[in-house]
Amino acid sequence: MAKITYHTHDNKTHTVDVQKGLTVMEGAIQNDIPGIDADCGGGMACATCHVYVKEEWLDKLPTKEDGEEDMLDMAFEPKNNSRLSCQLIVSDELDGLEINIPSKQG
Amino acid sequence: MNKTDVLIIGAGPTGLFCAHQLGIIGLSCEIVDNLDKAGGQCIELYPDKPIYDIPAVPECTGEELTNNLLQQIKPFNVKFHLNERVEQLKKTESRWHVKTSGGVEFDVAAIVIAGGVGSFEPRKFPVKECEKFEGDSLFYSIKDKSIFKDKTISIFGGGDSALDWAIELSNSSKVNLIHRRDGFSGAEASVQKVKELNDQGKLNLYTKFQMDSVMGDKKIESIKIKHDEGEIKEIESDYVLGFFGLIMQLGPILDWGLNIDKKTVKVNTENFETNINGIFAIGDICSYPGKLKLILSGFHEGALAARGCFKYAKPDEKLRFEFTTTSKAAQERLGVKK
Repeated sequence: MAKITYHTHDNKTHTVDVQKGLTVMEGAIQNDIPGIDADCGGGMACATCHVYVKEEWLDKLPTKEDGEEDMLDMAFEPKNNSRLSCQLIVSDELDGLEINIPSKQG
Repeated sequence: MNKTDVLIIGAGPTGLFCAHQLGIIGLSCEIVDNLDKAGGQCIELYPDKPIYDIPAVPECTGEELTNNLLQQIKPFNVKFHLNERVEQLKKTESRWHVKTSGGVEFDVAAIVIAGGVGSFEPRKFPVKECEKFEGDSLFYSIKDKSIFKDKTISIFGGGDSALDWAIELSNSSKVNLIHRRDGFSGAEASVQKVKELNDQGKLNLYTKFQMDSVMGDKKIESIKIKHDEGEIKEIESDYVLGFFGLIMQLGPILDWGLNIDKKTVKVNTENFETNINGIFAIGDICSYPGKLKLILSGFHEGALAARGCFKYAKPDEKLRFEFTTTSKAAQERLGVKK
């Protein structure tokens, strides 16, 4: 288990334990945290699990695969700290990770 | 008015295979899809990506899968209504009266929703005031390119649509191409061409910039774009084009009284009927305990939903279970020559 904190657009904070090996996207879906749609189900084929990662965590995350940056072009208001949460696999290293969920996904 | 047994909403793999299953048991159907071609997500999101988990097909692309499914339903002469979105639904005695965005009407005994995660719509600018100009001086697709002649066009995006239109319109218009990063997802040859045109002064490329605001009264006069580092540039523009791909929206389905939770429709797993009699849901759009969003699950769901439609289409007949290997009736429907 790792603690992941999701800040939703309505200024609410949800800190939940997410099982190692799941993605940050799945952690949100399983805990009914709103704002992550994940239309394609985690296949990096849409951009509706887009999140903003808290700056200090950016370097600790797995690097982006080729397709992720391309998909982020399609995201709603992408920024430098944008990631697709389906590509962030929860591990001990990510214990304490904080992300912000954008106001909408499309 | 199109009168048929079943209307399938969505021409993705699940909808296509459901048409096959309806045909096998002797029911007619027509298919409506919002896109301009069959295939759904397979064609729109990953036409060239190999799929490895279709039973008995070790590897095939989204496009190959679609073509094979179309080939498989050929004997049934299924009528497609593309570029149409189902808007209205009305129950008339024991049948359904359905109307699409383009005014096409259907009289059907049952409806199968195979709508994936909704219909594809262009992804829009996050900037609110863009709405005001949409369809007039701001577009997400191009219908008539002649209006851009000798005008200043600002194009946003980094994929093939953005690059291709930037290159083409630069022949007869002043083009600004704005993209949020240095890298592009479009074809490498197009990226090189855009960079060449930029070097030759035939196009202005702004990377690491995004839309900040739009100025103008009735028509767009200029736009402000914002650099990653905070710098804001104002550039004159007669037209703005945004190419950010497509997003899926459930749309009018939301208003039909279906039991919807998190963009999916609850169904029973006996025949994939929804809470409304005569309306079935299959594929990514349906949910039930244990649901997997796999194409193979959609096939299974379609086979059962097709049989569920039978009692509505032919209330006085009894459906008998048959195999295509031995059923004379099924083989006749398939046009098998002996």
